[in-house]
Amino acid sequence: MNHVPSNSRGTLTFVSSKAEIGEDLRSLNPIGGKQRVRLMLTCLVDSFFGEVGIASVRVLEHAGCEVLFDKDQTCCGQPPFNSGDWTAARQAAGFTMRALLEHPEPVVAPSGSCSAMVREGYPMLYEGMHHPLVFELSEFLVHQLKISEWKVTVKTLPARRKIALHRACHGRAIGLKDEQAMLVSSLPWIEMMEFGQQEQCCGFGGAFCATHNSISAGIGMEKLHNIVDSGAEEIVSGDMGCLLHLNGLIKRHKIPLRTRHFAELLAEGIA
Amino acid sequence: MPKGKKPSVEAFARGVTAETTKSVRAASKSKTESRIPTLEIAFHDVEGARTQAAQIKEFVLDNISSLLVQLEAKCKMNGIQVHWAKDAESARNLIARLCEEAAPVGSTIVKAKSMATEEIHLNEHLIEKGYEVVETDLGEYVIQIDHDTPSHLVTPIIHKNKRQVAESFSREGLGPYTESPEELAAQARRHLRDRFKEAKIGISGINFAIAQSGRLVLVENEGNNRLSTTAPDTHIAVMGLEKILPSEGDLPLFLRLLAGSATGQRMTVYVHMISGPRRKDENDGPSNVHLVILDNGRTKVLNGPYREILRCIRCGACLNVCPVYRQVSGHAYGHVYSGPLGAVLAPALEGVEQLPDVAKASTLCGSCEEVCPVKIPIPRMLLQLREEAVRKGVLKEPIPWSMFVFGATSGLRWRTGLKLLPMSKMAQHPMKNGWTEFRDLPEKQGRDFRKWWNGRS
Repeated sequence: MNHVPSNSRGTLTFVSSKAEIGEDLRSLNPIGGKQRVRLMLTCLVDSFFGEVGIASVRVLEHAGCEVLFDKDQTCCGQPPFNSGDWTAARQAAGFTMRALLEHPEPVVAPSGSCSAMVREGYPMLYEGMHHPLVFELSEFLVHQLKISEWKVTVKTLPARRKIALHRACHGRAIGLKDEQAMLVSSLPWIEMMEFGQQEQCCGFGGAFCATHNSISAGIGMEKLHNIVDSGAEEIVSGDMGCLLHLNGLIKRHKIPLRTRHFAELLAEGIA
Repeated sequence: MPKGKKPSVEAFARGVTAETTKSVRAASKSKTESRIPTLEIAFHDVEGARTQAAQIKEFVLDNISSLLVQLEAKCKMNGIQVHWAKDAESARNLIARLCEEAAPVGSTIVKAKSMATEEIHLNEHLIEKGYEVVETDLGEYVIQIDHDTPSHLVTPIIHKNKRQVAESFSREGLGPYTESPEELAAQARRHLRDRFKEAKIGISGINFAIAQSGRLVLVENEGNNRLSTTAPDTHIAVMGLEKILPSEGDLPLFLRLLAGSATGQRMTVYVHMISGPRRKDENDGPSNVHLVILDNGRTKVLNGPYREILRCIRCGACLNVCPVYRQVSGHAYGHVYSGPLGAVLAPALEGVEQLPDVAKASTLCGSCEEVCPVKIPIPRMLLQLREEAVRKGVLKEPIPWSMFVFGATSGLRWRTGLKLLPMSKMAQHPMKNGWTEFRDLPEKQGRDFRKWWNGRS
């Protein structure tokens, strides 16, 4: 049977619709104090990309937040969920809710995919559940903290460079639009390049990239060719899943591209 | 389609040539790119139009029984003979009987493009009965002479290029070898004109059946539907039972959404509204019009978790935008219905046991839902199909998620696992070969977050 974790402390921050998120947050924001947020590190950042987590903390602190980190957090359960093993997914989701979500503070993740899992996937695992208050990082900065331009405090700006921003698909599920593009394009040392088939998926798809590997690699290579053609030297995205997969292709085929999370770019501007 | 073990989408994909992928990608891309500008001309509020269309189709699904009764009554008043077919076999037998009543075995039957007849594998059946069946849509004609199957709902030969069509035409002796699309179309036209003249029966699908008026609506760009449905003395139209619209007033919305979503056209070249057989004072048109309403699993879908897929108006926009479809073409899905639509509709109609793995052939990127003119939540249903397949044990999951979850349900076990991660390069992992065939293994980059966090506090 579906088990919705208990609400014994009365501090579950579940809201009933996307539209209400802004409203709820205002009531959580202590007047005059710092906005406290909990970092959802995500399993990929935890395993491979520590710098993205570090950059996320620095970015949130620079934006005026106090960041809390729950050390017991693991994985949101999306891998088994997408693979159809919802029994396993419910166990991971239940654990994540207890470890991370049963607090009054909003949770911020440097990932549209993990945010989408918690907000859209958990209500599929637990019928009738309202989605928890989890935000993707750019969504939180732009819509909750009302930041549209990144405040650069470094004295010497990094060297100018051309990047391609890959809009990770799972942002669609939580209604992300151009939040990441807006923040990144406000960095004076970054030139954002247009490229072909910009909206198309990179072919990662979670376990899909291993179970359907020739399809996944074919889609990924099309993306990389389009980006190389644009003259960009770096792929920037908001989801490390896309970049993990693209980076594997880049290394195998010795393609002259680097991958970065957009939080790392924002952190470059912090003194 | 012959039953038997079908290759998985991934296995099929490995045999797809670069030439095919190039054709499919180019056509899909151009249709996707013209879609939005066209819809924005057609509607002040594209989003609102899609919502309205979705709601109308939901109304249809909610009231399908009474709308079908209404449609039947209105069609009969118009002189259209209505028949019901519960499955593919009874539909084939019924249509064969109607053909036998209309014209002797050996007669020519002209066909307008119809996915419903593809679904029930009608052509093979009628040819077996001794009829000469001629597909008259240019793409479907190429499919027929090549003994191929359609790889797209709207553009059946999206997987072929000009050269391949030219070779087929030249092989069939339709005229001198040419790769000019205009010349090729002219050759097909000359050949098909005679078929239209001799045909005794025309078979078509339909795009919309209007319950309010009993009118059948067909859209097309080539004119072959008009000839197929008016030149022969008998017209047989085949529709899936969900193809109903409540009223004529719904047509402007749906005609523009369909044309814009399918081919980036503001309106198709032809829109036919068939209101029955030739009247006494009319010179043209068939003496008999039959409408075959097909269930073939739809009632079951209507009452199950994949009900919203029955909103589909077969525009193919989800195929055009899908990165997987673009890579593998429609044939990879092993069913008449391919792409994101097919990955839901095919197993929904036939049972997840028959097609357990097509729902897995998706990155869940969500672009299908984003372009769908009737807002079908395709990614959600792909997830539900995966869940159903795993729960019923018809899909062997290569990754032992219970082990992963054992690690993910304890902070201590998780952190221990993280420490062991650098050693996992040597270990065998169910995803490893799939990953490393085309990619290098990931390596830990930069500092470790947890070490950094512990160090600062």
